[in-house]
Amino acid sequence: MIMCKTSKEIGGMGHSLKRKEDARFIRGLGKYTDDVQLPGMLYMDIARSPFAYAKIKSIDKSVAMEIPGVLAVITGEDLKQYNLHWMPTLMSDTQMVLPTDTVMYQAQEVAAVIATDRYIAADAVQALENSIEYESMKPLIDPHKALDADAPLLRPDKEGRTDNHIWHWQTGDQEATEQAFDEADVVVKEQVYIPRIHVASIETCGCVASYEKAEGKLTVWMTTQAPHAIRTVIALVAGHVGLSEERIRVISPDIGGGFGGKVPVYPGYVIAIAASFLIGKPVKWIEDRSENLQADSFARDYHMTVELASTKEGKMTGLRIKTLADHGYTDAAANPSKFPSGLFSIVTGSYDIPTAFTEMDAVYTNKPPGGVAYRCSFRVTEAVHAIERITDVLAQKLGRDPADLRFQNFIQKDQFPYRSALGWEYDSGDYAPALRKAMDMVGYEELRKEQAEKRARGELMGIGISSFTEIVGAGPSKDFDILGIKMFDSAEVRIHPTGKAIARFGTKSQGQGHETTYAQILAEELGIPAMHIQIEEGDTDTAPYGLGTYASRSTPTAGAAAAKAAHKIRDKARKIAAYLLEVSEEDLEWEPGKFFVKGAPERSKTIQDIAFAAYTNHPQGMEAGLEATHYYDPPNLTFPFGSYICVMDIDPKTAEMKIRRFVAIDDCGNIINPMIVTGQIHGGLAMGIAPAMYEELIYDDDGNILNGTFMDYLLPTSVETPNWETGHTITPSPHHPLGAKGVAESPTVGAPPAVANAVVDALSHLGVTHVDIPVTPFKVWKILKEKGVIS
Amino acid sequence: MIPPTFDYLVPATLPEAIALLHEHGDEAKVLAGGHSLIPAMRLRFAEPSHLIDISHIPGLDYVREEGGFLKIGTMAREVVLEDLPWISERYPLLVDTTKMIADPQVRNLATVGGNLAHGDPANDHPATMLAYRAEIEITGASGARTVPIDEFFTDFFTTALEHGEILTEIRIPIPPARSGGCYLKVERKVGDYAAAAVAVQLSLAADGSIEQAGIGLTNVAALPTRAVDAENALRGQQPSDALFAQAGQLAADASSPADDLRGSAEYKLTLIRELIQRALRRSVERAQGRS
Amino acid sequence: MSKHSITIEINGESFTREVDSRKLLIHFLRDDLALTGTHIGCDTSSCGACTILLNGKSIKACTFFAVQANNQKIETIEGVEQGGQLHPLQEGFHQEHGLQCGFCTPGMIMRGKELLEKNPNPTEEEIRWGISGNLCRCTGYSNIIKSIQYAANKLNEKQEEAA
Repeated sequence: MIMCKTSKEIGGMGHSLKRKEDARFIRGLGKYTDDVQLPGMLYMDIARSPFAYAKIKSIDKSVAMEIPGVLAVITGEDLKQYNLHWMPTLMSDTQMVLPTDTVMYQAQEVAAVIATDRYIAADAVQALENSIEYESMKPLIDPHKALDADAPLLRPDKEGRTDNHIWHWQTGDQEATEQAFDEADVVVKEQVYIPRIHVASIETCGCVASYEKAEGKLTVWMTTQAPHAIRTVIALVAGHVGLSEERIRVISPDIGGGFGGKVPVYPGYVIAIAASFLIGKPVKWIEDRSENLQADSFARDYHMTVELASTKEGKMTGLRIKTLADHGYTDAAANPSKFPSGLFSIVTGSYDIPTAFTEMDAVYTNKPPGGVAYRCSFRVTEAVHAIERITDVLAQKLGRDPADLRFQNFIQKDQFPYRSALGWEYDSGDYAPALRKAMDMVGYEELRKEQAEKRARGELMGIGISSFTEIVGAGPSKDFDILGIKMFDSAEVRIHPTGKAIARFGTKSQGQGHETTYAQILAEELGIPAMHIQIEEGDTDTAPYGLGTYASRSTPTAGAAAAKAAHKIRDKARKIAAYLLEVSEEDLEWEPGKFFVKGAPERSKTIQDIAFAAYTNHPQGMEAGLEATHYYDPPNLTFPFGSYICVMDIDPKTAEMKIRRFVAIDDCGNIINPMIVTGQIHGGLAMGIAPAMYEELIYDDDGNILNGTFMDYLLPTSVETPNWETGHTITPSPHHPLGAKGVAESPTVGAPPAVANAVVDALSHLGVTHVDIPVTPFKVWKILKEKGVIS
Repeated sequence: MIPPTFDYLVPATLPEAIALLHEHGDEAKVLAGGHSLIPAMRLRFAEPSHLIDISHIPGLDYVREEGGFLKIGTMAREVVLEDLPWISERYPLLVDTTKMIADPQVRNLATVGGNLAHGDPANDHPATMLAYRAEIEITGASGARTVPIDEFFTDFFTTALEHGEILTEIRIPIPPARSGGCYLKVERKVGDYAAAAVAVQLSLAADGSIEQAGIGLTNVAALPTRAVDAENALRGQQPSDALFAQAGQLAADASSPADDLRGSAEYKLTLIRELIQRALRRSVERAQGRS
Repeated sequence: MSKHSITIEINGESFTREVDSRKLLIHFLRDDLALTGTHIGCDTSSCGACTILLNGKSIKACTFFAVQANNQKIETIEGVEQGGQLHPLQEGFHQEHGLQCGFCTPGMIMRGKELLEKNPNPTEEEIRWGISGNLCRCTGYSNIIKSIQYAANKLNEKQEEAA
């Protein structure tokens, strides 16, 4: 039960306010990038490589140029003249905008056409693709072969590089962990592979780049989750041709889902900007779904060897993980720069493990570059999958109930703030009640009885638990930056004379409901009704600098900035109120929306009175106006957590699987808007079961993608998706001004192991200890066949 | 994403449509529901020079029983079969099948005729028409001819339709009393093609034995496949689990599915064996319910 | 003939335009008529974001040529609100938080419209099957189902009042 400090009319924290942004979306009046139409606008389309690894022998522009309405064909050689053919990635590697000699993955951008019409551009691309000659080479597809002596050297452009190894990263106490393993009663080990997947938001990526020659100004509407960072990157990459930062405006309009896929700078953006710059007309580029799936940054692709050591009583004593990370042909991951494998080191999870060591090696292959964080705060899905899977493996080995084993090993409430063996200080947590609540909600003991009865009859059902700890809210400036830009975030709040307000942020919602939730934060702190506060994001000309929205960071950073800005405003408001009421500041008390005199509450001034006075009757010597800006540097990350339980039924003859129930208990600290939080959880759960059962980008040995459309890259529909049963515990963050933690990615992180654990649990009596996701009916059929259940 | 150019023609009558097909040669294609053709054109797998839209020709979209047959006009949309209650009652196999095709929006436009004319062994209606022992009416410049379903599918994506001919009617013999049928499909998600699917239509004699059985298999070979040996094994026998298991094995023996993203050939054979048994059980139940 | 003059009634208003035969209805609506409320989410007719009503039937505008719509009636999301009054579906999506990024929403609402016209009292399972041609990545579907149920209730109330 959430107790709200403000009334429903004010609508502060805890109220399930209906969303302000809905008004345009339910009428089809949202403005997404492809909705932008400008006079004289041209269309760009991209010719792509059919080969995973090939030399470009020749490009004949003439056939395409002959088509009426085609204005230009742009190749790598053209961009080279402006030194724009390569660009930096967010991980300080380099990526081709367009190649000059070699293509490195199937569907790579090879040349672009600019035409007066979308349809003509498509015809031109077909003509162009038919007139490009390649000499194909044997690609490197298997990352395990990337360091073989006979592997092709994929990045000869990188000085001093003699192999396909990108970097090695490790953390933890290697020696102490080795010792723990040597001394352990029990050690379990599994190979855990999380394949490539794609965020596949319903809106694909694109931009409209509009360079106005007379003004020398570039405006780009772009599907980007981080408009300011993009603006700075463009200035760094193209500053030498005259696009300096004050001449660039990036606008993130409405975005149809981001999930991390709209963080990178894709070659298409850069080509469109270059084209507009050279031609002086607006250029629109919107990718097809096929292009989106086949060429944009993937997520995951981690091959992990996971080991857990324990006493025979079940107390975990050590964790050791070795990972091979397949980054495609360049490291275009979207991680904070000091963390090439993101926040993977959260991998000790919810458990009190005294020592741990994890190392990873990243390699190049002939596949699209990446990886982005598919709704998971930088590799946390991989980490949580590893620890939650191996915990179940340990439970199975010891013959222990997996819930029981978790209770035994949870970090206890009194251990917080807790320093993990891999160096994170968890701010707060209380894991046992969340698991207990999930077990009660699902009827755990009854389900175990049912499972035993079914097993005796040859029926298959499984119960899978996942008790995860997430790490979000990147991040404190001492450790977190992207390309050197610190990961603070910002809020700029201005109150108008009539007591209404406008606030702008450095983040950018792609459906998270910021227009409502930020208003609720300000309503909480200022007592101005949320409906009177206008929220804006995404226009770099007007919004304060921020690092954007991904990794569940908005509430922890910009939300905190809003609270801090509101406090600054309240400080000034107090002075004005004291002046108006002719008392000293110490004589005043605050309740949401007004200052009143202690002991004489009828003598008060509302925030609206004060706002008016700030422009009409403020004290001498004080600046007019009532506004504040705050750039918030979070002191720590936040650590939302939860316990999920998945109940799975498996048809023992066809191996078809159905999620019977999915219970999710989440703890994201104090809740801003329960309706929005629950919506986020539902969506995150759907994006959790999807990779667990349906999603996987599949390549053959020649690097051909076998499922690059929605026909075969499978997103669950409403029929495959179960009814979500959700609940909460609330353990506020001690360091966040609102006690809030961020939540949208927890379910994507926590759900896959619950599903995988359920399937393994259903088959554990057959001796199965592990199945990689996606757990498909075919995979399960193979197991049932192998174990003789299916003849 | 963007289809190539073509000329679009809207004939007012069937003879006009046929004449246009002849006039414009091999690269002219019939546009009916468009949900096989247009997606192929958008990916530029198909580049017809002319589209002959037959959807405005009146009188091609009927569904009625007449002369001992259920007659389905070539422009009858899938959704019509879902919506007519008497179809659900008397042709459960047909309705089962329709419901498994794509999704609601597609079914509003896709036609039964088109699902057959495309010649795709992964489409759902071919197996069902095999099970029903349907007949296909084909109309060309010299008039109409009837092709038994067993002669309609001739090769991979190839049917008995010659260029210049249009599939105009599907005829399903009205099942006798004590009939039942069932379509079962294993798919990775709603809207997918089948990993394997089976169509069963049978009728029972007065003594409860299986008088007639038709079994069609979806996506298990280059052609839609009739499980002849399985049908023969069922005829004259009393329904039993052992009989169904035997039929399942015979149906699997008649199949040669391919390995693909849905799974291995062996996996699909297992599915066929199992689905046949379930479909037979369900069909017998329905047949018994009707008597 | 690869250019055609077509007349289509859209949201009650008649439009006559010249189009290439190959112009897909979705592009005609979005690019030619600036009705950008209907969206494009894929290129294999898989996602349903482009769903509109053709003579009252929900279809995917990406798998239909504008020329096929000649002399037909189309309804898009822009025509759902009537005389300043939101349709119960629009209300439902707002009340039940059936949208987040909003991109699949017009397609969901148009599909919901036909669904409820054919089946005014759908069960949860019927709604799930009914929107199985519309993909959403944000909501996990539960609230979309609630939104459609809300609308069903509202429409039935109105029917009862009118009776």
